[in-house]
Amino acid sequence: MTLNGWAQIALYVVVVLALTRPLGGYLANVMAGGRNWLSPVLLPVERAFYRLAGINPAEEQSWWLYCRAVVVFHLVGFVFLYGLLRLQAVLPLNPQGMPAVPADLAGNTSVSFLTNTNWQSYGGESTMSYFSQMAGLAVQNFLSAAAGIALAMAMIRGFARARAKGLGNFWADLVRVTLYVLLPACIVLTLFFVWQGVPQNLGAYVDAATLEGGKQTIAQGPVASQLAIKMLGTNGGGFFNANSAHPYENPTALSNFVQMIAIFVLGAALTNTFGRAVGDERQGWALLAAMGVLFIAGVAACYWAEAGGNPQLAALGVDNSLGNMEGKEVRFGTPLSALFAVITTAASCGAVNAMHDSFMPLGGMVPLVNILLGEIIVGGVGSGLYGMLLFAIVAIFLAGLMVGRTPEYVGKKIEAREVKMTMLAILCLPLVILGFSALASVLPEGLAGTSNAGPHGFSQIFYAFTSAAGNNGSAFAGLSANSVFWNATLGIAMVFGRFAVIVPMLAVAGSLAAKRRAAASVGTFPTHGGLFVGLLVGSILIVGGLTFLPALALGPIAEHFSLLAGTLY
Amino acid sequence: MATRDKAPSLFDAAILKPAIVASFVKLDPRTLMKNPVMFTVELVAVAATILMARDISVHGPGVGFEIQIVAWLWVTVLFATFAEAVAEGRGKAQADTLRRMRSETIAKVLLGVGGDLFEPVRAHSLKVGQVVLVEPGDIVPGDGEIVEGVATIDESAITGESAPVIREAGGDRSGVTGGTKVLSDKIKVRITAEQGSSFLDRMIALVEGASRQKTPNELALSVLLAGLTLIFVLAVVTIPSFATYAGGSVSVIVLIALFVTLIPTTIGALLSAIGIAGMNRLVRFNVLALSGRAVEAAGDVDTLLLDKTGTITLGNRHATEFLPVGGVGEDEVARVAQLASLADETPEGRSIVVLAKEKHGLRGVDMADLKARFVPFTAQTRMSGVDLDGKVIRKGAVDAVVAHAQSMGAAVPLEEITRIASSIGKQGGTPLAVSRDGVVLGIVYLKDVVKGGIRERFAELRRMGIRTVMVTGDNPQTAAAIAAEAGVDDFLAQATPEAKLRLIRAEQAGGKLVAMCGDGTNDAPALAQADVGVAMQTGTNAAREAGNMVDLDSDPTKLIEIVAIGKQLLMTRGALTTFSIANDVAKYFAIIPAMFIAFYPQLAALNVMKLATPQSAILSAIIFNALIIVALIPLALRGVQYRPSGAAALLRRNLLVYGLGGLAVPFVGIKLIDMLVTVTGLA
Repeated sequence: MTLNGWAQIALYVVVVLALTRPLGGYLANVMAGGRNWLSPVLLPVERAFYRLAGINPAEEQSWWLYCRAVVVFHLVGFVFLYGLLRLQAVLPLNPQGMPAVPADLAGNTSVSFLTNTNWQSYGGESTMSYFSQMAGLAVQNFLSAAAGIALAMAMIRGFARARAKGLGNFWADLVRVTLYVLLPACIVLTLFFVWQGVPQNLGAYVDAATLEGGKQTIAQGPVASQLAIKMLGTNGGGFFNANSAHPYENPTALSNFVQMIAIFVLGAALTNTFGRAVGDERQGWALLAAMGVLFIAGVAACYWAEAGGNPQLAALGVDNSLGNMEGKEVRFGTPLSALFAVITTAASCGAVNAMHDSFMPLGGMVPLVNILLGEIIVGGVGSGLYGMLLFAIVAIFLAGLMVGRTPEYVGKKIEAREVKMTMLAILCLPLVILGFSALASVLPEGLAGTSNAGPHGFSQIFYAFTSAAGNNGSAFAGLSANSVFWNATLGIAMVFGRFAVIVPMLAVAGSLAAKRRAAASVGTFPTHGGLFVGLLVGSILIVGGLTFLPALALGPIAEHFSLLAGTLY
Repeated sequence: MATRDKAPSLFDAAILKPAIVASFVKLDPRTLMKNPVMFTVELVAVAATILMARDISVHGPGVGFEIQIVAWLWVTVLFATFAEAVAEGRGKAQADTLRRMRSETIAKVLLGVGGDLFEPVRAHSLKVGQVVLVEPGDIVPGDGEIVEGVATIDESAITGESAPVIREAGGDRSGVTGGTKVLSDKIKVRITAEQGSSFLDRMIALVEGASRQKTPNELALSVLLAGLTLIFVLAVVTIPSFATYAGGSVSVIVLIALFVTLIPTTIGALLSAIGIAGMNRLVRFNVLALSGRAVEAAGDVDTLLLDKTGTITLGNRHATEFLPVGGVGEDEVARVAQLASLADETPEGRSIVVLAKEKHGLRGVDMADLKARFVPFTAQTRMSGVDLDGKVIRKGAVDAVVAHAQSMGAAVPLEEITRIASSIGKQGGTPLAVSRDGVVLGIVYLKDVVKGGIRERFAELRRMGIRTVMVTGDNPQTAAAIAAEAGVDDFLAQATPEAKLRLIRAEQAGGKLVAMCGDGTNDAPALAQADVGVAMQTGTNAAREAGNMVDLDSDPTKLIEIVAIGKQLLMTRGALTTFSIANDVAKYFAIIPAMFIAFYPQLAALNVMKLATPQSAILSAIIFNALIIVALIPLALRGVQYRPSGAAALLRRNLLVYGLGGLAVPFVGIKLIDMLVTVTGLA
């Protein structure tokens, strides 16, 4: 580990923190339907959308109606995207003449982009036409991110409102987030990436003659625009197969830095939006602090493991001073690869600038654990916040009784219904991850995908389902997942991981909104201080850790100790 | 404070023996089903037993280990049922006494309202609305309202207080309770409670824990524990296929052992015992909560409404000063005031005589010697006094005495009197004017005496985040002065029942939970509106029905204890939950290396406790898991230590003790058990 490495990590943290409050305020304003500097231009557009769709943005939806709107919206989105991918061959903007995407892959990909997972069982440049990328995948990148933020807003309103029936209007939330937040930010980011050298064209692939006299095909396309929303919306689906390790998708140190900022910025800002909504910004900072503690710990562990390098290589006399460089871009080195890996899995982004599969056992365990904990360390746009709030409910309930009162969080009493729904949401992750991993690790169809034996092969399986259920989308890419078995099981895992959390989460929000707001006193559990942060971190680690420790022991932990003992897989 | 009886020692033989029997009876899955965690343990114990039987019949390897695991699984379940049985046993003895009283009563049902003709009927078959005659020596056959007569009643069976109380028709003391005994006079009582739902019945059910419903927090906690149990089901059932992948296998009995140690058995086993013990603690304080929900709500209370009289002040005013008017000597005022009070047996009157004697050396004089005529206090005159040697001596409310003086034609120094009276009022006192032959001589300063130590109690409540509001019929000036002296946060002066109700609603609208106590029928709406309404046992049936708790000692100060008990109940649950879950970390470190070491020997590095063998590690974990339940029964029954302080301080302390303690204790415990198990050759 180097001072330079740590300085870059520190700079990253400072910039994210600096952006949190102003952006949090802006988001709060957008969600409240307030006017801002973009309104003169966008308000007519917004109104036109409502008129076109016949929506009254002021109409409040109960949690159930909100939930129904979310589900209907995603179903329609699925049909549209699936159809588009299947018909790709006859649609325009296909200079490479890509054939139709096979049924199982099209289904898997549609689900994947709809659920903000962006798991890719395919290589973008060899499978997707420009039209599919732009009109299909990029659109879902915007909408799944907007839906995530809208859902977080519904949850925030659940805490902020008292004796209310409605959680807001999903359609209005969706339109506002897309118009006022994602679209303008992405235009700016796209221009920035173009400046940095990311291609933005519709031309055919270019052939180049290499120095050895061979022929190399260099893929082209509307990369920059896709890249902006891929990061900002924590989607993570790369335009190219190599994702942000590809020089066209991440050309410079600055583009790398901005991409990392873009992953966290909205998720971090939402904590502040939450604080503002409940009338105490400290509540938001406390959540962000809990996320921060877990984040820094993850970065430190991952950077330490990667910078240390492989002891078996060192024993062979290889210079290990750069750390473990397998699967890494030399231009990023261990600190920026480790940082990117932790960010992309802490949030539910899944974009990568290094191959997680090639990380040291413990280094690769950090991204895995990040997703296993529920991607609540800043997390996906929206989903990170509501996931964290669900954990806050558990933490408050576990220990909150110890102050001698019915547990309360920001003035809302946590009672049987909230606990029940929260446990339901939390249960779905282990159910899907452990269940499918158990299946895949004994079925020949599952085992066929792994590229390594022993605990590392198990890690590949385990990581795949974790990534899918957590709607992350990154992979231990040694796994070949484009088979019917993997496409189907991962598709189911993604749907479950998204909707089995959303439905009970909205139920919690609805039930909270209907409650009266309890007054705070010195007898109330203070949820804005260090004690609460510690409690929250402890609860997340214990609940998450206890659930997955046996699997982790058989994967990365076993591999780590084998490595120390000289056994490689 | 009168407590019913001391807490029985935790492991009294009289309780233990039936509890051991009961803990086997409670294994019945139909009853155990209510406790999802322990029911799960029972299920896997049955499964493990079947496996064991199979292995014994085929002489499989490692049967000795298997038998031990199965035995400890059953012990775990038994410890849980035992904890509940002990908690219930502590209430049973009391319930038996109460039940005996109920069964033998014969009611005398009146045939006509006017007459005394009656027909003997067994108490169980009484119906609501029937009027019964109760004569000296009779047991009141059921809860009811006195419609005619006045009687002294021995309520010791219910309250434990042996001094008889007076109950009479009409007014706020007309309620009688079934099971109490009439000592003198006869009364006619209209039965108001259905048989089986009378006060006595409810009390029996309560102390036995028979009719116990899960309280809201307990329900939520059960859901959480069930959820955690499900998560651990997933964590454990997937292990075999992971192991198969790694080329090894894990025996079912080991998986069962891991599962049982992981699920929150500690809190699952003790949860109902904690609830029952909380109720019993209240009963020992002579408070009956009509629902567990009320006890929990008591812990959540934000605002306490306290009646001034009897709670904050001693209830009687004491004369502290004689203030002359119009140049009269102070001794003169004292002498006349003393004369006016000689025949006045009220505490205020006596305090005047005492003050005159102590401060002015005036000895009491026998009224008979003076040939004086005593004029008693009436609501119309609002004065009392004596007519003595033709002199008319009066004392009473200032305006009444002034009016009396003016009617006798004397000049009254109104300005001076008003000044003195209002300055006394501002200090929280009550002025009494004294006159002789229509001349106002002076004013007696009667002071409301605030109870010793009450200020500290309120400061304590403030630290707990509870706001105290004094409720009084006094005028605002007086109320403000007493409020300041007692250190309450706020006061409601000139309180009417409507004003009380309004205050409660306003507090609740602000998101606060309110507790209050009351006794009169006119308190009933407020008692019903309050989140915690404590009715006094001496109060009317209407008040007792409206409240959700009854204080048998009729001591309004007890509200503070009730709050503390409610908080302690919740804290005990929280502490044991945290402890239970924190324990799992050490258990993982014991069992995971033991389970996987056969095919991944490198995982021995996780055996941080250096447990001797895989078998001894697993056995130690499960033994620890069972023993910790028994070890914590006393804590569950007694409740965790509770010191009034802010939530942050409480949490910090409890997290340290039960959170960090929960992490550390099992590491030590499992290691010790492992050493023991190894030495004795059990594994």
